[in-house]
Parts: sequence; C-alpha cells; structure tokens
Amino acid sequence: MLGRASMLLPCRSILPARARPFSTDLPAAPSADATFTEAWTKVIPNMDPPKTPLSFMQPRPPTPSSIPSKLTVNFVLPYASELATKEVDMVIVPATTGQMGVLPGHVATIAELKPGVLSVHEGSEMTKYFVSSGFVFIHANSFADIIAVEAVPLDRLDVNLVQKGLAEFTSKLSSATTDLEKAEAQIGIDVHSALNSALTG
Amino acid sequence: MASNAAVPFWRAAGMTYITYSNICANLVRNCLKEPYKTEALSREKVHFSISKWTDGKPEKPTIRSDSPEE
Repeated sequence: MLGRASMLLPCRSILPARARPFSTDLPAAPSADATFTEAWTKVIPNMDPPKTPLSFMQPRPPTPSSIPSKLTVNFVLPYASELATKEVDMVIVPATTGQMGVLPGHVATIAELKPGVLSVHEGSEMTKYFVSSGFVFIHANSFADIIAVEAVPLDRLDVNLVQKGLAEFTSKLSSATTDLEKAEAQIGIDVHSALNSALTG
Repeated sequence: MASNAAVPFWRAAGMTYITYSNICANLVRNCLKEPYKTEALSREKVHFSISKWTDGKPEKPTIRSDSPEE
C-alpha cells in the first residue's frame, strides 16, 4: 500500500502544479474587501462601509523562503481548542500509515488519523494525547492543523475499562454474524488495543 | 483513479467515515476515568425540544433526547 501511495504521489503533484498552485503558495489573501468597499461607496457615500468577514480573519501566512525553526500547531476538537497557533518543535501524529513525525518544513500533507497517541514536543516537554480519529493538514508554511473528534490526555484513561472493552469486543467479533456487526467489533478491537498499547507502552 | 484500491474494512461493510469516527470517539469516552467520563458523556448528549404549532400558536414543547448510539 505504501508502494502504491508513493507511486501515485509524484503523478499527482505534477498535474496540479501546472493547473493550480497549492493554497499556501498563493500570495497572502487581502485583509480588506476592495470590490465590496468600492461598490458600497458608490451607492452609499455617506456611511462607512461595514467590516466584511475578510477583515476579521487573519491573513494566511505565506510560505517562508527558508525553513522556519518552529512548527505552528492548531489542535482542535469539536468542543474545545486544545492548542491554538502554538509554536512547537515537533508533533508525532498517529496517521493510518503509521506514526508520522512532523517537523518544521514538512512537505504539505493531508493525513487521516487512526486511534492512537499524539505527542507534542516543545523543548524538553512532551505532552501526549490519545486521539480517537481525525485528520491532520500540514501546510507548506509549517502550519499543522490537527482536528480530532475526541482527544484525551493519557492519565484520564482507565486501564481496567480498556481491558474489559478489549475482551468484550474480541468476544463480539467471534459471535458477530452480519458484516456490519463484524466491522463494529473490529473497530472496537482496534480502538481498545490502541488504548491498551498507549497506556502500557 | 483508484477504483480497485483497498477500501477500509468499515467502508466495505457499508459504514460511512462519520459513523466510524463517532463510534471510535464513543469507545474512547467510555474508557475515561470517572469525573471525566460523566463530563464527556453529558457533553455529548443531544436534546430536542419540539413543539407542534396549531392556529399560529405553539403548543407545549416536548423534550426528546437522542437515543444512545449503537
């Protein structure tokens, strides 16, 4: 599977480069909407034009010409923003293709995450989270957006519940009849064994 | 392009990514230690307040909560 992926990647990167540049290679987006303000002043010259969403957003940082020294990480969950534009040295993400280490200057990548441990390395500190699933978008300008549905620090996990769950799903797999039940049992086994190795490894 | 690509087992069984992701998240939440577990499960509860309208006026609303995901 890795062989096929590496064969596809060179093919895919040649075509888009001719047709459309990557989003982080574009010049930074303007912070004020010029066409809107012109149209407004033509119709209503006396009032100040209202601010458009574009002026509230921070412009996309351009790709620097030399590799930056820090990786900027945005780690978000549906209910909270765990890390917001935090500058770190490295993050190791549990991608479906294996543990992926992301350093500043990493090639732009989109990776799907599997249940596993995410570790954020900053200086000599390392923070670990168990991520249930999600995606990581690494941009060419050394920004990494990690989005997960559920991420918990490892010390909030209960080892007994994990092992009980693993045993329960292993028995469910052997007693499963339909494809869907088998898939659910397999998911249970994958998640619980990842939890187990996170807590014991 | 990759119509013969190995699909993940859950997609082969007819499950969508979002269902898979929600199942994984629920399993992780069920393995949390106590105060965090109740917080997480209560955070994910969904309630609906439904009121039928007759003659342009709402009747008394009923509250329905999302049944737990299988």
